Amino acid sequence: MRVVADLAHEVRSKNAGPFWVTLEIFARDADGYAIVADPAFLDEPVIARLYAIDDVRTIQIFRIPQLNVVKISFPRPVVQGGLLDRDIHAGQHHVPLALLPLPA
Amino acid sequence: MTDNAVRVLVPTGMLGGGFPPETVTRGLQLGADVIAVDGGSTDSGPYYLGAGVAKTARAAVARDMRLLLRAAASAGIPLIIGSCGTSGTDSGVDWVAAITREILADEGLTLRVATIYSSQKASDLAALPIRPLPPAGPLDPAVLDGCENIVGMMGHEPIVAALRSGADVVLAGRATDTALAAAYPLMRGMPAGPTWHAAKIVECGGQCTTNPRAGGVLATIDAGGFTIEPLDPAAACTPSSVAAHMLYETVNPFTMREPAGTIEVGDAVYTALDDRRVRVTGSRFDPAGQHTIKLEGARLTGYQTMSFTAIRDPHILGRIDTWAALLRTMITEWVSNTLRLGPDDYSFDIRLYGHDAILEKLDPSAAPPREVGVMLLVQAPDQETATAVAKVANPLMLHLPTPDMDHLPSLAFATSPAETERGPAYEFVLNHVVEVDSPVGLFRIHLEESR
Repeated sequence: MRVVADLAHEVRSKNAGPFWVTLEIFARDADGYAIVADPAFLDEPVIARLYAIDDVRTIQIFRIPQLNVVKISFPRPVVQGGLLDRDIHAGQHHVPLALLPLPA
Repeated sequence: MTDNAVRVLVPTGMLGGGFPPETVTRGLQLGADVIAVDGGSTDSGPYYLGAGVAKTARAAVARDMRLLLRAAASAGIPLIIGSCGTSGTDSGVDWVAAITREILADEGLTLRVATIYSSQKASDLAALPIRPLPPAGPLDPAVLDGCENIVGMMGHEPIVAALRSGADVVLAGRATDTALAAAYPLMRGMPAGPTWHAAKIVECGGQCTTNPRAGGVLATIDAGGFTIEPLDPAAACTPSSVAAHMLYETVNPFTMREPAGTIEVGDAVYTALDDRRVRVTGSRFDPAGQHTIKLEGARLTGYQTMSFTAIRDPHILGRIDTWAALLRTMITEWVSNTLRLGPDDYSFDIRLYGHDAILEKLDPSAAPPREVGVMLLVQAPDQETATAVAKVANPLMLHLPTPDMDHLPSLAFATSPAETERGPAYEFVLNHVVEVDSPVGLFRIHLEESR
């Protein structure tokens, strides 16, 4: 089964300040970008499901064809550095997105 | 250089992060007019702001500072360090200032050092208009009082004020990453759009190049735009590597708020000048009607003790979620029975490293683990209680079986003693801006003479 990571040379995640997390898919080429940038495949409700986000309106998606990049930002579900934060830099939270199966 | 341009040398993304000495030599050869380096970040968590201590090692900061002070003195150009001591508290500024004085004396250099303090008193802030930033709500004044440390994030204005008063070296408290590189070009009359955009691109040193580990970058800002090039001759900047840096650690890659206004780069054009330099035009800076200073605050949440055991037995690993649920229940019961503590008196987290510690319910994989590290993290109002809870949990972390086992396993503690006292723990509680009349009003500038 092919997944988002197969179309990308990098999928990454990181804090954007203590209260937000941001993810990026760097697609390998325009064809790969066309697939991951298609709102019929990847949109706010899909991100909400992957990351268990209650309020879909807090999700921001930026599609940047010049860079073959899709960027996604949303409020950090757990505030950075608290007792329940298991990823201080949010650097491993790209994985649910990277392993999202591609459309058949 | 006598042309109407200002060249900003950024040798590394973080003071104490290290850089090859050649990166500075090369930058000076190319005519650098100023050296700017960020000394901090919130990215490593609230501890550094809460405790007011640096993340970086003193020797690492001193090593970088020695190279930078020598370079600034030899070229006769200013050196600007921001967010000193990781969080930019007054203690962080004093820490970097002490290191700086020591090196200046040791090297026999006479440079004028300005320090800019950004710590804020809750009582002073309470009278000012404070607005939340998303996703925060309105500020409860009690939150300000509960902070161990609060800093205001300065823009370029206090740094410019320090430079104008004759400083050769500016050691700033908490500042926006961009303000450090923007201050000197703005003071020299460079246009705001290209200056702020260039400052954002160079904030992490070589991150905007094809080889982020090869050293720093030089931004040349002029009336029409800016040019960016890596200082390692073997590294390159490409239109993609430069444009992609706007994605890094930002919520929105096109729009960024500074105290004085908003950087708008949606219409910027990135053009390769050759195979390693990029020209950027079309960047804008929209001045804001109201000047705002972002606040950062950390409050003490308690004291933590950590314990760590590990499991290799395939029988337990095959039922690891059941085992962990039982561990949670048993710890709660035993703590209630022996320490007489209820759920409101302490809290704890059990993390199954090797299974789902990092992503928990978000983890897309269901493959059985080969081995699992079990971290118990206890938090309580005082250290003694946190450690007592961890010690009560100790026999369970050594011998807890799964419900279907008729014998007691012995699990693999990683250390003796099993418990590690982590000391105070903090959390970020402010995500707000304060509206100010003067961009320098919240900051205190001190100019000192070396020797």
